[in-house]
Amino acid sequence: MLGIVGTIPDESLPIIYGTPVLEKNFLIIQGWKIPVERGTAALIASAIKTLEVLNTPNPFVFLVGDIGKGKGSRELYKFLAENIHKYNFNVLTFHYILPDVDGCLKVILAIEKFLKKPFLIADAGFMYAVKMTGYANFFDLFTPDIGELAFLADEKAPHPFYTRGFLLAEEKDVESLITRAYEYKNAPPYLLVKGEKDRIVVNQKVLAIVEEPFVPELEAIGGTGDTLTGIVSALVYAGYEPEKACLIAAKANRLAGALASPTPATQISEIINFIPEAIKTLLL
Amino acid sequence: MKWLNKVFFPKKDKTSERLKLGLLLFENTSEVIKAEKILQKEGYKIKVVGPPPEVRKGCDLAIEVPVIEITGILNLLKTKGIEPLDFISFSENEILKPVDLFQVKDFGNYLMVRAANMKITVDKKTLVIVNVSGGGCPDVPYLASILVGVSLKDTFSPKDLAHTLCGYALHLAFKKAKELLCLV
Repeated sequence: MLGIVGTIPDESLPIIYGTPVLEKNFLIIQGWKIPVERGTAALIASAIKTLEVLNTPNPFVFLVGDIGKGKGSRELYKFLAENIHKYNFNVLTFHYILPDVDGCLKVILAIEKFLKKPFLIADAGFMYAVKMTGYANFFDLFTPDIGELAFLADEKAPHPFYTRGFLLAEEKDVESLITRAYEYKNAPPYLLVKGEKDRIVVNQKVLAIVEEPFVPELEAIGGTGDTLTGIVSALVYAGYEPEKACLIAAKANRLAGALASPTPATQISEIINFIPEAIKTLLL
Repeated sequence: MKWLNKVFFPKKDKTSERLKLGLLLFENTSEVIKAEKILQKEGYKIKVVGPPPEVRKGCDLAIEVPVIEITGILNLLKTKGIEPLDFISFSENEILKPVDLFQVKDFGNYLMVRAANMKITVDKKTLVIVNVSGGGCPDVPYLASILVGVSLKDTFSPKDLAHTLCGYALHLAFKKAKELLCLV
């Protein structure tokens, strides 16, 4: 089973868990209708679209409403710490959540109770939290953009907002940032670094670079990182080796973006609709 | 469970604890006491401490707060009429400075402004925000859902609804976009 954990920007949403279905641009789960905008909803929708092509079951998700106040995130950390080991996951992806070191450590301890450790993926707030705990190498894959890579490389930064020399983080700096992130043990075995060029990294070594199709407008569109994490999560779950999954995901995300003929004003839901076509083009 | 043996959770040094903290400095002790009460009531993990001499301003008490949640904390205190003199973020013994530079990308009809890990894109003709990207804290999707479609000419400021450092970075990008498009 693929598990996905994250938050939805709706304070009225309690902790909900189950298998969602995607209807038009909404996730339907436990009577809730969640719009597929950027964030965890976009990640889940992208995973569903990918799994649909691969004829594989939809993910099981754990969601809570949080608009940044942290109440929902704290409840979710607690719930996961107490319950996540009761489920059986092959792949577990953690996403938007208020970074909290204590909460994150308790979840990691709960994951230890699994008989077989799932393949662990983190992005967004949960990736920040994992880095702060010092247990990045407990995870298997992070999907940072270049700014977040600079944050992973800065052993002192508690958040990307405080990353030293952040704005010097350009494409040309990526390889030195990767080295530094591993040097300080702030990176898991696999990294999928998103940028003008996507880099697939295994234990500090850049195995592949994906740069085509290049659609500059995608940088402005909120959620293109979320879709990439959703696609790679689905591919790993479907049985692709992590390197291969990262490679296909990077290509598919770019291709779906290109197929949408985007402008900087395009919304992520328009791109998500092209994911099946992109996956089919690459795999079938 | 071989993998279990790989991770022992050894006793960590205090680095990760220090990494997440910042200090709020106040004019006087009664403000510290009031702020402590308000923040504890809202469930924030805070502690009243003595500020180190190099950052001391105002009174001899400070409140240690989770750095990630600073924007929400400041907004909450402001609604209660309390404004700290300063906020200092620490990592180990080094005072951290927030990002204060911006990157701008011109897409022709659109302008994208990046502050730290947040990006905001505006239609140059209509001044309407068309996209928000970057970030990892939960107020980002929330703020994005509100900001997309809003004009820079509106009096709205993302800072009022932000709760985290990502939200604050978005506010900086918003302010910079306004400045670049000659609205301030």
